[in-house]
Amino acid sequence: MSSAASNSSASPTSASSLVIGTRSFSSRLVVGTGKYKDFPTMQAALDASGSQVVTVAVRRERLYNEKGQSLLDAIDLKRYTILPNTAGCFTAEDAIRVARLGRELLEQLGNPGASWVKLEVLGDKKTLLPDPMGTVEATRQLVAEGFEVLAYSSDDPIAALRIKQAGATAVMPAGSPIGSGQGVLNRSNILLCLELLKQGDPTYPVIVDAGVGAASDTAIAMEIGADGVLLNTAIAHAKDPVLMAHAMKHATWAGRESYLAGRIPRKLYASASSPFEGAISYIPGE
Amino acid sequence: MTLTVNGQRVDLPVDGAGSVTVVDLLNHLKLTGQPCAVEVNKTLVPKRSHAAHALRENDTIEVVTLVGGG
Repeated sequence: MSSAASNSSASPTSASSLVIGTRSFSSRLVVGTGKYKDFPTMQAALDASGSQVVTVAVRRERLYNEKGQSLLDAIDLKRYTILPNTAGCFTAEDAIRVARLGRELLEQLGNPGASWVKLEVLGDKKTLLPDPMGTVEATRQLVAEGFEVLAYSSDDPIAALRIKQAGATAVMPAGSPIGSGQGVLNRSNILLCLELLKQGDPTYPVIVDAGVGAASDTAIAMEIGADGVLLNTAIAHAKDPVLMAHAMKHATWAGRESYLAGRIPRKLYASASSPFEGAISYIPGE
Repeated sequence: MTLTVNGQRVDLPVDGAGSVTVVDLLNHLKLTGQPCAVEVNKTLVPKRSHAAHALRENDTIEVVTLVGGG
């Protein structure tokens, strides 16, 4: 694996960077740091993914228990830009508090991720689907406080548009529920999100966040025009997380290049790749 | 002084001057020098204010760090 998983994060189409607000990245894959069986596996998977941005969560310190190894000891803060999330928040108020706490932590660490946040305002614990109203409300407030908000959204195009209009730096529609592994369930909705969010603003970043189960899902999201993909469980819970991380890196490239190359139209009938002219065989109807 | 820290009751010794700050609390919790963010009664207290911010009886405090997440 080590020979295959190069450290290079640059895509072969390196001319096309992922630009999110004031930041620019050669990798279009953002990966989470949750659910790994141990830190060495996480470290190897992050490396194999080629990602430059990793998400983290804000949680209570263990007060009197053994502190154990900290995530912050396991992540190279010089290499990765940390994107703190507001996962687990079900109100705008709580998400705003958590965003402020995350910024405070990253400022202490001197990491460039201090001024942005992956905003999640969830509506329901079972589905983890986002609350669009709470997301809009929190986005407005956080933008007013100077945050660059990358907002997790449903794939509803109008909800996504309203979040952009509230000031989000990027909108991140879900392919399917978080951790579900169902992939991009509604390509049409993602396409409509892309169209509405990029109308008159073609460089506005739209990142498919959540639901990816395998590398093909990532490729599809990229191929239909997403600027990036954010995922966690598909790598962390794969049988071989490091190999899946590597696959995800290539799927991101493959999908992006396929998008840039431009797919052929879908047609009902076949179109022979080998010429009929000069064929020595019997051809029905001729 | 009794506080609620991360949902747990914490009894903190009060010094002669009767003042307890966020720094005192972090020392008590053996978190000094570690990256952690502190909120008192739902308001962020930035690190530069930890030494000056006096805690009050029954304050509700969150002390948080970064963990793995998606």
